[in-house]
Amino acid sequence: MAETAVLSTGSAAPPSRRRRNWVPYALLLPGILWLIVFFVLPMVTLASQSLQEGNVDDGYVFTANFSIYVDALKQYWPQFVRSFVYAGIATGLALLLAYPLAYFIAQKAGRHKNLVLVLVIAPFFTSFLIRTLAWRTILSDDWFITTWAQNLHITDFLQAVGLTDNDSLLNSQFAVIMGLTYNFLPFMILPLYTSLERLDPRLIEAAGDLYASPWQTFRKVTWPLSLPGVVAGTLLTFIPAAGDFINARLLGNTQTTMIGSVIDAQFLRVLDYPLAAALSFILLILIVAMVSVYVRRAGTEELL
Amino acid sequence: MSWIKRHLITFAAIAVLIYMLVPNVIVAVFSFNDPAGKYNYTFNEFSTEAWTNPCGAQGICESLGLSLQVGVIASLAATALGTMIAFALGRYRFRGRSATNLLIFMPMATPEVVMGSSLLTLFLMLGVPSGRTAILIAHIMFCVSFVVVAVKARVATLDPKLEEAAADLGANPTQTFLRVTLPLAAPGIAAGALLAFSLSFDDYIITNFNASPSSITFPMYVWGASARGVPVQVYVIGTIMFLLALIVVMTGQLISSRRNRQVA
Repeated sequence: MAETAVLSTGSAAPPSRRRRNWVPYALLLPGILWLIVFFVLPMVTLASQSLQEGNVDDGYVFTANFSIYVDALKQYWPQFVRSFVYAGIATGLALLLAYPLAYFIAQKAGRHKNLVLVLVIAPFFTSFLIRTLAWRTILSDDWFITTWAQNLHITDFLQAVGLTDNDSLLNSQFAVIMGLTYNFLPFMILPLYTSLERLDPRLIEAAGDLYASPWQTFRKVTWPLSLPGVVAGTLLTFIPAAGDFINARLLGNTQTTMIGSVIDAQFLRVLDYPLAAALSFILLILIVAMVSVYVRRAGTEELL
Repeated sequence: MSWIKRHLITFAAIAVLIYMLVPNVIVAVFSFNDPAGKYNYTFNEFSTEAWTNPCGAQGICESLGLSLQVGVIASLAATALGTMIAFALGRYRFRGRSATNLLIFMPMATPEVVMGSSLLTLFLMLGVPSGRTAILIAHIMFCVSFVVVAVKARVATLDPKLEEAAADLGANPTQTFLRVTLPLAAPGIAAGALLAFSLSFDDYIITNFNASPSSITFPMYVWGASARGVPVQVYVIGTIMFLLALIVVMTGQLISSRRNRQVA
Protein backbone atom coordinates (compact mmCIF):
# COMPACT_ATOMS: atom_id res chain seq x y z
CA MET A 1 0.00 0.00 0.00
CA ALA A 2 2.86 2.35 0.73
CA GLU A 3 4.15 2.28 -2.83
CA THR A 4 0.66 2.95 -4.12
CA ALA A 5 0.28 6.01 -1.94
CA VAL A 6 3.36 7.39 -3.61
CA LEU A 7 1.96 6.32 -6.94
CA SER A 8 -1.07 8.56 -6.58
CA THR A 9 1.21 11.54 -6.06
CA GLY A 10 2.97 10.59 -9.27
CA SER A 11 6.51 10.14 -7.97
CA ALA A 12 6.71 6.36 -7.62
CA ALA A 13 9.72 4.44 -8.77
CA PRO A 14 8.89 2.67 -12.05
CA PRO A 15 9.73 -0.88 -10.88
CA SER A 16 7.21 -0.85 -8.02
CA ARG A 17 4.58 0.60 -10.32
CA ARG A 18 5.01 -2.24 -12.76
CA ARG A 19 5.18 -4.89 -10.08
CA ARG A 20 1.89 -3.93 -8.44
CA ASN A 21 -0.01 -3.16 -11.63
CA TRP A 22 -2.48 -5.97 -11.07
CA VAL A 23 -3.53 -4.78 -7.60
CA PRO A 24 -6.27 -2.30 -8.64
CA TYR A 25 -7.81 -4.90 -10.94
CA ALA A 26 -7.78 -7.51 -8.16
CA LEU A 27 -9.51 -5.03 -5.86
CA LEU A 28 -12.11 -4.17 -8.49
CA LEU A 29 -12.82 -7.66 -9.74
CA PRO A 30 -15.36 -9.05 -7.22
CA GLY A 31 -17.46 -5.89 -6.93
CA ILE A 32 -17.40 -5.05 -10.62
CA LEU A 33 -18.23 -8.64 -11.53
CA TRP A 34 -21.21 -8.48 -9.17
CA LEU A 35 -22.45 -5.27 -10.83
CA ILE A 36 -21.94 -6.66 -14.34
CA VAL A 37 -23.81 -9.89 -13.63
CA PHE A 38 -26.61 -8.45 -11.47
CA PHE A 39 -26.97 -4.94 -12.88
CA VAL A 40 -25.76 -4.78 -16.51
CA LEU A 41 -26.76 -8.28 -17.61
CA PRO A 42 -30.34 -7.83 -16.28
CA MET A 43 -30.69 -4.77 -18.57
CA VAL A 44 -29.93 -7.08 -21.49
CA THR A 45 -32.40 -9.73 -20.32
CA LEU A 46 -34.96 -6.97 -19.73
CA ALA A 47 -34.59 -5.75 -23.31
CA SER A 48 -34.70 -9.33 -24.57
CA GLN A 49 -37.79 -10.15 -22.49
CA SER A 50 -39.62 -7.16 -23.95
CA LEU A 51 -39.10 -8.52 -27.50
CA GLN A 52 -40.40 -12.01 -26.74
CA GLU A 53 -43.88 -13.39 -27.24
CA GLY A 54 -45.64 -16.14 -25.34
CA ASN A 55 -47.08 -16.66 -21.90
CA VAL A 56 -46.01 -17.78 -18.44
CA ASP A 57 -47.24 -21.37 -18.83
CA ASP A 58 -45.91 -22.21 -22.32
CA GLY A 59 -42.74 -20.15 -22.16
CA TYR A 60 -41.50 -17.33 -24.36
CA VAL A 61 -39.91 -17.16 -27.83
CA PHE A 62 -37.79 -14.28 -29.07
CA THR A 63 -39.65 -12.68 -31.99
CA ALA A 64 -38.12 -9.17 -32.11
CA ASN A 65 -41.61 -7.84 -31.55
CA PHE A 66 -40.78 -4.13 -31.54
CA SER A 67 -44.44 -3.15 -31.88
CA ILE A 68 -44.79 -3.85 -28.15
CA TYR A 69 -43.03 -0.51 -27.56
CA VAL A 70 -45.60 1.35 -29.64
CA ASP A 71 -48.44 -0.40 -27.80
CA ALA A 72 -46.87 0.25 -24.41
CA LEU A 73 -46.46 3.97 -25.10
CA LYS A 74 -49.92 4.29 -26.67
CA GLN A 75 -51.55 2.65 -23.71
CA TYR A 76 -49.55 4.11 -20.83
CA TRP A 77 -48.26 7.52 -21.94
CA PRO A 78 -50.49 9.32 -19.39
CA GLN A 79 -48.80 7.43 -16.55
CA PHE A 80 -45.35 8.25 -17.96
CA VAL A 81 -46.19 11.95 -18.27
CA ARG A 82 -47.78 11.99 -14.82
CA SER A 83 -44.72 10.34 -13.22
CA PHE A 84 -42.33 12.88 -14.72
CA VAL A 85 -44.59 15.84 -13.89
CA TYR A 86 -45.03 14.72 -10.25
CA ALA A 87 -41.31 13.97 -9.91
CA GLY A 88 -40.44 17.34 -11.50
CA ILE A 89 -42.73 19.33 -9.19
CA ALA A 90 -41.54 17.36 -6.15
CA THR A 91 -37.91 17.99 -7.11
CA GLY A 92 -38.55 21.74 -7.46
CA LEU A 93 -40.33 21.87 -4.10
CA ALA A 94 -37.61 19.79 -2.45
CA LEU A 95 -34.97 22.23 -3.77
CA LEU A 96 -36.94 25.19 -2.37
CA LEU A 97 -37.26 23.51 1.04
CA ALA A 98 -33.79 21.98 1.18
CA TYR A 99 -31.82 25.10 0.25
CA PRO A 100 -32.49 27.19 3.37
CA LEU A 101 -31.99 24.18 5.65
CA ALA A 102 -28.74 23.12 3.94
CA TYR A 103 -27.50 26.73 4.01
CA PHE A 104 -28.40 27.01 7.68
CA ILE A 105 -26.53 23.80 8.60
CA ALA A 106 -23.48 24.71 6.53
CA GLN A 107 -23.11 28.38 7.40
CA LYS A 108 -25.18 29.31 10.46
CA ALA A 109 -25.66 26.33 12.76
CA GLY A 110 -22.23 26.70 14.42
CA ARG A 111 -21.84 24.24 17.26
CA HIS A 112 -25.33 22.81 16.64
CA LYS A 113 -24.25 21.66 13.18
CA ASN A 114 -23.84 17.98 14.08
CA LEU A 115 -27.12 17.87 15.98
CA VAL A 116 -29.09 19.30 13.05
CA LEU A 117 -27.34 16.93 10.64
CA VAL A 118 -28.36 14.00 12.82
CA LEU A 119 -31.97 15.25 12.80
CA VAL A 120 -31.86 15.41 8.99
CA ILE A 121 -30.51 11.87 8.63
CA ALA A 122 -32.43 10.16 11.44
CA PRO A 123 -35.94 10.09 9.87
CA PHE A 124 -34.30 8.42 6.89
CA PHE A 125 -33.56 5.40 9.10
CA THR A 126 -37.20 4.82 9.99
CA SER A 127 -39.05 2.82 7.40
CA PHE A 128 -40.12 4.89 4.41
CA LEU A 129 -43.46 3.05 4.37
CA ILE A 130 -44.29 3.73 8.03
CA ARG A 131 -43.52 7.42 7.61
CA THR A 132 -45.72 7.55 4.53
CA LEU A 133 -48.53 5.90 6.50
CA ALA A 134 -48.08 8.63 9.13
CA TRP A 135 -48.97 11.19 6.43
CA ARG A 136 -52.35 9.47 6.10
CA THR A 137 -52.96 10.51 9.71
CA ILE A 138 -51.59 14.03 9.25
CA LEU A 139 -53.67 14.74 6.14
CA SER A 140 -56.81 12.90 7.26
CA ASP A 141 -60.13 14.76 7.45
CA ASP A 142 -60.30 14.40 11.25
CA TRP A 143 -57.08 16.28 11.84
CA PHE A 144 -56.57 20.00 12.30
CA ILE A 145 -54.43 20.42 9.17
CA THR A 146 -57.35 19.72 6.86
CA THR A 147 -59.70 21.86 8.98
CA TRP A 148 -57.24 24.77 8.91
CA ALA A 149 -56.69 24.36 5.19
CA GLN A 150 -60.48 24.47 4.73
CA ASN A 151 -60.88 27.57 6.93
CA LEU A 152 -58.06 29.37 5.14
CA HIS A 153 -59.56 28.38 1.75
CA ILE A 154 -56.38 26.50 0.86
CA THR A 155 -58.49 23.48 -0.05
CA ASP A 156 -60.59 25.67 -2.38
CA PHE A 157 -57.40 26.88 -4.04
CA LEU A 158 -56.02 23.33 -4.41
CA GLN A 159 -59.33 22.22 -5.87
CA ALA A 160 -59.38 25.15 -8.28
CA VAL A 161 -55.93 24.31 -9.63
CA GLY A 162 -56.93 20.65 -9.87
CA LEU A 163 -54.58 19.22 -7.25
CA THR A 164 -57.45 17.88 -5.15
CA ASP A 165 -60.93 16.69 -6.14
CA ASN A 166 -62.90 17.79 -3.06
CA ASP A 167 -62.32 19.64 0.20
CA SER A 168 -60.15 16.97 1.79
CA LEU A 169 -56.38 16.73 1.30
CA LEU A 170 -55.82 12.98 1.31
CA ASN A 171 -56.13 10.69 -1.73
CA SER A 172 -55.25 13.44 -4.18
CA GLN A 173 -52.49 14.64 -6.48
CA PHE A 174 -51.60 17.15 -3.80
CA ALA A 175 -50.98 14.38 -1.24
CA VAL A 176 -48.88 12.34 -3.69
CA ILE A 177 -46.64 15.29 -4.64
CA MET A 178 -46.31 16.28 -0.98
CA GLY A 179 -45.36 12.71 -0.09
CA LEU A 180 -42.75 12.52 -2.86
CA THR A 181 -41.26 15.86 -1.76
CA TYR A 182 -41.12 14.69 1.85
CA ASN A 183 -39.67 11.25 1.18
CA PHE A 184 -36.80 12.35 -1.05
CA LEU A 185 -35.91 15.57 0.79
CA PRO A 186 -32.79 14.14 2.54
CA PHE A 187 -31.37 13.21 -0.89
CA MET A 188 -31.58 16.91 -1.78
CA ILE A 189 -30.33 18.29 1.52
CA LEU A 190 -27.13 16.24 1.84
CA PRO A 191 -25.47 17.10 -1.53
CA LEU A 192 -26.55 20.75 -1.13
CA TYR A 193 -25.04 20.80 2.34
CA THR A 194 -21.78 19.33 1.02
CA SER A 195 -21.33 22.09 -1.55
CA LEU A 196 -22.54 24.91 0.71
CA GLU A 197 -20.15 23.81 3.43
CA ARG A 198 -17.23 24.33 1.08
CA LEU A 199 -18.44 27.87 0.37
CA ASP A 200 -16.06 30.36 1.95
CA PRO A 201 -18.14 32.80 4.08
CA ARG A 202 -15.62 35.51 3.27
CA LEU A 203 -16.91 35.52 -0.31
CA ILE A 204 -20.38 36.44 0.95
CA GLU A 205 -18.91 39.14 3.20
CA ALA A 206 -16.89 40.47 0.28
CA ALA A 207 -20.04 40.71 -1.85
CA GLY A 208 -21.73 42.65 0.96
CA ASP A 209 -18.73 44.97 1.29
CA LEU A 210 -18.97 45.65 -2.43
CA TYR A 211 -22.59 46.80 -1.93
CA ALA A 212 -24.35 43.74 -3.31
CA SER A 213 -27.88 43.32 -1.95
CA PRO A 214 -28.60 39.97 -0.23
CA TRP A 215 -30.46 38.88 -3.35
CA GLN A 216 -27.56 39.88 -5.63
CA THR A 217 -25.13 38.05 -3.34
CA PHE A 218 -27.26 34.95 -3.60
CA ARG A 219 -27.61 35.20 -7.41
CA LYS A 220 -23.98 36.00 -8.14
CA VAL A 221 -22.06 34.17 -5.39
CA THR A 222 -23.93 31.56 -3.35
CA TRP A 223 -26.08 29.98 -6.08
CA PRO A 224 -23.34 29.53 -8.73
CA LEU A 225 -20.97 28.03 -6.15
CA SER A 226 -23.62 25.61 -4.93
CA LEU A 227 -24.50 24.39 -8.44
CA PRO A 228 -22.70 21.02 -8.13
CA GLY A 229 -24.84 20.27 -5.07
CA VAL A 230 -27.97 21.46 -6.87
CA VAL A 231 -27.27 19.17 -9.82
CA ALA A 232 -26.49 16.14 -7.63
CA GLY A 233 -29.46 16.79 -5.34
CA THR A 234 -31.99 17.26 -8.14
CA LEU A 235 -30.81 14.03 -9.81
CA LEU A 236 -30.93 12.04 -6.57
CA THR A 237 -34.47 13.33 -5.97
CA PHE A 238 -35.92 13.22 -9.47
CA ILE A 239 -34.78 9.72 -10.46
CA PRO A 240 -36.18 7.76 -7.51
CA ALA A 241 -39.30 9.97 -7.43
CA ALA A 242 -40.09 9.25 -11.10
CA GLY A 243 -39.97 5.49 -10.52
CA ASP A 244 -41.71 5.53 -7.15
CA PHE A 245 -45.21 4.22 -6.67
CA ILE A 246 -45.43 3.91 -2.89
CA ASN A 247 -46.58 7.51 -2.42
CA ALA A 248 -49.02 7.28 -5.31
CA ARG A 249 -50.60 4.12 -3.91
CA LEU A 250 -50.69 5.09 -0.23
CA LEU A 251 -51.59 8.78 -0.56
CA GLY A 252 -53.27 9.01 -3.97
CA ASN A 253 -56.34 7.72 -5.77
CA THR A 254 -57.01 5.80 -8.98
CA GLN A 255 -56.30 8.95 -10.99
CA THR A 256 -52.76 9.36 -9.60
CA THR A 257 -51.29 6.02 -10.77
CA MET A 258 -47.61 6.40 -11.65
CA ILE A 259 -45.65 4.30 -14.14
CA GLY A 260 -43.83 2.34 -11.42
CA SER A 261 -47.17 1.04 -10.24
CA VAL A 262 -48.08 -0.12 -13.76
CA ILE A 263 -44.73 -1.92 -14.19
CA ASP A 264 -45.10 -3.57 -10.78
CA ALA A 265 -48.66 -4.72 -11.50
CA GLN A 266 -47.89 -5.95 -15.05
CA PHE A 267 -44.94 -8.00 -13.79
CA LEU A 268 -46.34 -9.41 -10.58
CA ARG A 269 -50.12 -9.53 -10.99
CA VAL A 270 -51.03 -9.48 -14.68
CA LEU A 271 -47.88 -11.52 -15.50
CA ASP A 272 -47.60 -9.86 -18.92
CA TYR A 273 -43.79 -10.00 -18.88
CA PRO A 274 -43.07 -8.60 -22.38
CA LEU A 275 -45.28 -5.52 -21.87
CA ALA A 276 -43.94 -4.99 -18.35
CA ALA A 277 -40.34 -5.32 -19.57
CA ALA A 278 -41.01 -2.87 -22.42
CA LEU A 279 -42.48 -0.31 -19.99
CA SER A 280 -39.53 -0.75 -17.65
CA PHE A 281 -37.05 -0.35 -20.52
CA ILE A 282 -38.81 2.79 -21.78
CA LEU A 283 -38.60 4.28 -18.28
CA LEU A 284 -34.87 3.52 -18.15
CA ILE A 285 -34.22 5.07 -21.59
CA LEU A 286 -36.24 8.20 -20.78
CA ILE A 287 -34.42 8.69 -17.47
CA VAL A 288 -30.99 8.17 -19.03
CA ALA A 289 -31.86 10.62 -21.82
CA MET A 290 -33.14 13.27 -19.40
CA VAL A 291 -30.20 12.87 -17.05
CA SER A 292 -27.60 13.20 -19.80
CA VAL A 293 -29.25 16.29 -21.31
CA TYR A 294 -29.58 17.84 -17.84
CA VAL A 295 -25.99 17.11 -16.79
CA ARG A 296 -24.69 18.53 -20.07
CA ARG A 297 -26.75 21.72 -19.74
CA ALA A 298 -25.89 22.15 -16.08
CA GLY A 299 -22.23 21.66 -17.00
CA THR A 300 -22.26 24.46 -19.55
CA GLU A 301 -24.11 26.78 -17.19
CA GLU A 302 -21.41 26.20 -14.64
CA LEU A 303 -18.78 27.29 -17.17
CA LEU A 304 -20.56 30.56 -17.96
CA MET B 1 -39.18 43.48 11.62
CA SER B 2 -35.48 43.62 10.80
CA TRP B 3 -34.90 40.95 13.47
CA ILE B 4 -37.27 38.64 11.60
CA LYS B 5 -35.58 39.54 8.31
CA ARG B 6 -32.14 38.77 9.71
CA HIS B 7 -33.21 35.36 10.96
CA LEU B 8 -35.38 34.45 7.98
CA ILE B 9 -33.11 31.57 6.97
CA THR B 10 -33.12 30.18 10.51
CA PHE B 11 -36.93 30.23 10.63
CA ALA B 12 -37.20 28.58 7.23
CA ALA B 13 -34.68 25.92 8.29
CA ILE B 14 -36.61 25.17 11.49
CA ALA B 15 -39.89 24.95 9.56
CA VAL B 16 -38.37 22.46 7.12
CA LEU B 17 -36.91 20.45 9.99
CA ILE B 18 -40.38 20.27 11.57
CA TYR B 19 -41.84 19.10 8.24
CA MET B 20 -39.24 16.34 8.18
CA LEU B 21 -39.75 15.21 11.76
CA VAL B 22 -43.55 15.43 12.16
CA PRO B 23 -44.17 11.93 10.72
CA ASN B 24 -41.69 10.42 13.20
CA VAL B 25 -43.49 12.14 16.08
CA ILE B 26 -46.82 10.84 14.75
CA VAL B 27 -45.41 7.30 14.54
CA ALA B 28 -44.18 7.52 18.16
CA VAL B 29 -47.49 8.94 19.46
CA PHE B 30 -49.60 6.41 17.55
CA SER B 31 -47.54 3.52 18.92
CA PHE B 32 -49.45 4.20 22.17
CA ASN B 33 -52.84 4.10 20.47
CA ASP B 34 -55.62 1.59 20.90
CA PRO B 35 -57.26 2.07 17.49
CA ALA B 36 -61.02 1.77 17.08
CA GLY B 37 -60.87 -0.10 13.76
CA LYS B 38 -58.31 -2.02 11.69
CA TYR B 39 -56.35 1.11 10.76
CA ASN B 40 -54.15 3.07 13.12
CA TYR B 41 -54.89 6.45 11.51
CA THR B 42 -56.93 8.28 14.18
CA PHE B 43 -56.10 8.45 17.86
CA ASN B 44 -58.67 6.60 19.95
CA GLU B 45 -57.36 5.71 23.40
CA PHE B 46 -54.00 5.59 25.16
CA SER B 47 -52.61 2.07 25.53
CA THR B 48 -49.22 0.43 26.09
CA GLU B 49 -50.57 -2.88 24.77
CA ALA B 50 -48.44 -2.86 21.60
CA TRP B 51 -45.27 -1.93 23.49
CA THR B 52 -45.66 -4.80 25.96
CA ASN B 53 -46.46 -7.22 23.13
CA PRO B 54 -44.45 -6.08 20.08
CA CYS B 55 -44.70 -9.45 18.35
CA GLY B 56 -48.46 -9.58 18.93
CA ALA B 57 -49.36 -9.11 15.27
CA GLN B 58 -49.08 -12.31 13.27
CA GLY B 59 -45.90 -12.59 11.20
CA ILE B 60 -44.49 -9.20 12.17
CA CYS B 61 -41.45 -10.40 14.10
CA GLU B 62 -40.64 -13.11 11.54
CA SER B 63 -40.53 -10.40 8.86
CA LEU B 64 -38.44 -8.17 11.10
CA GLY B 65 -36.01 -11.03 11.71
CA LEU B 66 -35.67 -11.67 7.98
CA SER B 67 -35.06 -7.97 7.28
CA LEU B 68 -32.39 -7.76 9.97
CA GLN B 69 -30.70 -10.91 8.66
CA VAL B 70 -30.78 -9.71 5.04
CA GLY B 71 -29.67 -6.23 6.12
CA VAL B 72 -26.65 -7.50 8.04
CA ILE B 73 -25.47 -9.98 5.38
CA ALA B 74 -26.10 -7.59 2.48
CA SER B 75 -24.42 -4.63 4.17
CA LEU B 76 -21.36 -6.69 5.17
CA ALA B 77 -20.97 -8.08 1.65
CA ALA B 78 -21.61 -4.72 -0.01
CA THR B 79 -19.16 -3.02 2.36
CA ALA B 80 -16.43 -5.52 1.51
CA LEU B 81 -16.99 -5.23 -2.24
CA GLY B 82 -17.48 -1.45 -2.14
CA THR B 83 -14.46 -0.74 0.05
CA MET B 84 -12.17 -2.65 -2.31
CA ILE B 85 -13.52 -0.69 -5.29
CA ALA B 86 -13.15 2.59 -3.38
CA PHE B 87 -9.50 1.83 -2.60
CA ALA B 88 -8.80 0.91 -6.21
CA LEU B 89 -10.38 4.18 -7.40
CA GLY B 90 -8.92 6.33 -4.65
CA ARG B 91 -5.37 5.00 -4.67
CA TYR B 92 -4.49 3.70 -8.12
CA ARG B 93 -4.34 4.91 -11.65
CA PHE B 94 -5.38 2.25 -14.10
CA ARG B 95 -6.97 1.82 -17.48
CA GLY B 96 -10.76 1.59 -17.36
CA ARG B 97 -11.10 4.09 -14.51
CA SER B 98 -13.82 6.20 -16.11
CA ALA B 99 -15.75 3.10 -17.19
CA THR B 100 -15.60 1.89 -13.59
CA ASN B 101 -16.84 5.24 -12.32
CA LEU B 102 -19.73 5.11 -14.77
CA LEU B 103 -20.63 1.57 -13.69
CA ILE B 104 -20.64 2.70 -10.05
CA PHE B 105 -22.81 5.73 -10.86
CA MET B 106 -25.39 3.88 -12.97
CA PRO B 107 -27.19 1.91 -10.22
CA MET B 108 -27.71 5.16 -8.29
CA ALA B 109 -29.21 6.78 -11.40
CA THR B 110 -31.59 3.92 -12.20
CA PRO B 111 -35.12 3.85 -10.76
CA GLU B 112 -35.62 0.99 -8.33
CA VAL B 113 -38.54 -0.37 -10.30
CA VAL B 114 -36.25 -0.83 -13.34
CA MET B 115 -33.53 -2.55 -11.28
CA GLY B 116 -36.02 -4.86 -9.58
CA SER B 117 -37.85 -5.83 -12.74
CA SER B 118 -34.69 -6.34 -14.81
CA LEU B 119 -33.25 -8.59 -12.12
CA LEU B 120 -36.52 -10.53 -12.17
CA THR B 121 -36.13 -11.15 -15.93
CA LEU B 122 -32.56 -12.39 -15.35
CA PHE B 123 -33.68 -14.75 -12.60
CA LEU B 124 -36.57 -15.98 -14.76
CA MET B 125 -34.19 -16.73 -17.61
CA LEU B 126 -31.63 -18.47 -15.41
CA GLY B 127 -34.29 -20.29 -13.40
CA VAL B 128 -33.15 -18.76 -10.10
CA PRO B 129 -36.07 -19.11 -7.67
CA SER B 130 -37.32 -15.99 -5.93
CA GLY B 131 -36.78 -15.82 -2.20
CA ARG B 132 -34.09 -15.00 0.30
CA THR B 133 -31.07 -15.65 -1.95
CA ALA B 134 -32.55 -13.54 -4.75
CA ILE B 135 -33.28 -10.73 -2.28
CA LEU B 136 -29.70 -10.87 -0.95
CA ILE B 137 -28.20 -10.73 -4.45
CA ALA B 138 -30.36 -7.70 -5.27
CA HIS B 139 -29.59 -5.87 -2.02
CA ILE B 140 -25.83 -6.35 -2.33
CA MET B 141 -26.07 -5.04 -5.92
CA PHE B 142 -27.82 -1.75 -5.10
CA CYS B 143 -25.82 -1.11 -1.90
CA VAL B 144 -22.32 -1.44 -3.43
CA SER B 145 -22.35 1.96 -5.18
CA PHE B 146 -23.37 3.84 -2.04
CA VAL B 147 -20.56 2.19 -0.06
CA VAL B 148 -18.06 3.13 -2.80
CA VAL B 149 -19.16 6.79 -2.63
CA ALA B 150 -18.92 6.91 1.18
CA VAL B 151 -15.54 5.18 1.43
CA LYS B 152 -14.01 7.01 -1.55
CA ALA B 153 -14.82 10.36 0.05
CA ARG B 154 -12.85 9.29 3.15
CA VAL B 155 -9.94 7.73 1.25
CA ALA B 156 -9.53 10.96 -0.71
CA THR B 157 -8.91 12.91 2.52
CA LEU B 158 -6.20 10.55 3.83
CA ASP B 159 -2.67 11.88 3.83
CA PRO B 160 -0.41 9.53 1.81
CA LYS B 161 2.53 10.77 3.94
CA LEU B 162 1.26 8.74 6.90
CA GLU B 163 1.58 5.55 4.88
CA GLU B 164 5.00 6.58 3.62
CA ALA B 165 6.05 7.21 7.22
CA ALA B 166 4.91 3.72 8.20
CA ALA B 167 6.95 2.25 5.35
CA ASP B 168 9.99 4.32 6.33
CA LEU B 169 9.68 2.94 9.85
CA GLY B 170 9.97 -0.57 8.45
CA ALA B 171 6.34 -1.66 8.14
CA ASN B 172 5.64 -4.02 5.25
CA PRO B 173 2.68 -3.21 2.94
CA THR B 174 0.31 -5.52 4.84
CA GLN B 175 1.23 -4.01 8.20
CA THR B 176 0.90 -0.50 6.78
CA PHE B 177 -2.53 -1.30 5.44
CA LEU B 178 -3.81 -2.97 8.62
CA ARG B 179 -2.26 -0.56 11.13
CA VAL B 180 -2.42 2.76 9.30
CA THR B 181 -4.66 2.86 6.24
CA LEU B 182 -7.58 0.79 7.50
CA PRO B 183 -7.98 2.58 10.86
CA LEU B 184 -7.83 5.93 9.08
CA ALA B 185 -10.46 4.87 6.54
CA ALA B 186 -12.67 3.26 9.22
CA PRO B 187 -15.12 6.17 9.67
CA GLY B 188 -15.87 6.13 5.93
CA ILE B 189 -16.27 2.35 5.93
CA ALA B 190 -18.57 2.52 8.96
CA ALA B 191 -20.66 5.23 7.31
CA GLY B 192 -20.90 3.16 4.14
CA ALA B 193 -21.92 0.04 6.06
CA LEU B 194 -24.57 1.96 8.01
CA LEU B 195 -25.95 3.48 4.83
CA ALA B 196 -26.02 0.04 3.15
CA PHE B 197 -27.84 -1.46 6.11
CA SER B 198 -30.48 1.25 6.15
CA LEU B 199 -31.00 1.03 2.37
CA SER B 200 -31.36 -2.74 2.56
CA PHE B 201 -33.59 -2.70 5.63
CA ASP B 202 -35.90 -0.10 4.09
CA ASP B 203 -36.17 -1.40 0.55
CA TYR B 204 -39.60 -2.38 -0.67
CA ILE B 205 -39.71 -1.91 -4.44
CA ILE B 206 -36.73 -4.07 -5.49
CA THR B 207 -37.37 -6.67 -2.79
CA ASN B 208 -40.97 -7.10 -3.91
CA PHE B 209 -39.78 -8.21 -7.37
CA ASN B 210 -37.53 -10.92 -5.93
CA ALA B 211 -39.40 -12.16 -2.87
CA SER B 212 -41.46 -15.30 -2.52
CA PRO B 213 -44.49 -15.80 -0.22
CA SER B 214 -42.19 -17.45 2.33
CA SER B 215 -39.72 -14.54 2.38
CA ILE B 216 -41.68 -11.54 3.60
CA THR B 217 -39.38 -8.70 4.69
CA PHE B 218 -40.50 -6.04 7.15
CA PRO B 219 -41.29 -3.38 4.50
CA MET B 220 -43.30 -6.01 2.60
CA TYR B 221 -45.18 -6.80 5.79
CA VAL B 222 -45.99 -3.11 6.27
CA TRP B 223 -47.09 -2.80 2.64
CA GLY B 224 -49.40 -5.79 3.01
CA ALA B 225 -50.71 -4.40 6.28
CA SER B 226 -51.46 -1.03 4.67
CA ALA B 227 -54.08 -2.80 2.56
CA ARG B 228 -55.54 -5.08 5.25
CA GLY B 229 -55.27 -2.93 8.37
CA VAL B 230 -52.15 -1.68 10.13
CA PRO B 231 -51.34 -3.24 13.52
CA VAL B 232 -50.05 -0.82 16.17
CA GLN B 233 -46.94 -3.01 16.50
CA VAL B 234 -45.74 -1.59 13.16
CA TYR B 235 -45.60 1.86 14.81
CA VAL B 236 -43.78 0.43 17.84
CA ILE B 237 -41.08 -1.06 15.62
CA GLY B 238 -40.90 2.19 13.62
CA THR B 239 -40.32 4.14 16.84
CA ILE B 240 -37.66 1.72 18.10
CA MET B 241 -35.85 1.96 14.74
CA PHE B 242 -35.91 5.77 14.91
CA LEU B 243 -34.50 5.81 18.45
CA LEU B 244 -31.84 3.21 17.62
CA ALA B 245 -30.79 5.22 14.56
CA LEU B 246 -30.55 8.38 16.68
CA ILE B 247 -28.36 6.57 19.23
CA VAL B 248 -26.11 4.98 16.60
CA VAL B 249 -25.61 8.21 14.65
CA MET B 250 -25.05 10.32 17.78
CA THR B 251 -22.54 7.82 19.16
CA GLY B 252 -20.71 7.94 15.83
CA GLN B 253 -20.64 11.74 15.98
CA LEU B 254 -19.36 11.67 19.58
CA ILE B 255 -16.58 9.22 18.75
CA SER B 256 -15.43 11.26 15.76
CA SER B 257 -15.51 14.58 17.63
CA ARG B 258 -13.54 13.06 20.53
CA ARG B 259 -11.03 11.70 18.04
CA ASN B 260 -10.68 15.11 16.42
CA ARG B 261 -10.08 16.68 19.82
CA GLN B 262 -7.37 14.14 20.58
CA VAL B 263 -5.66 14.83 17.27
CA ALA B 264 -5.83 18.57 17.90
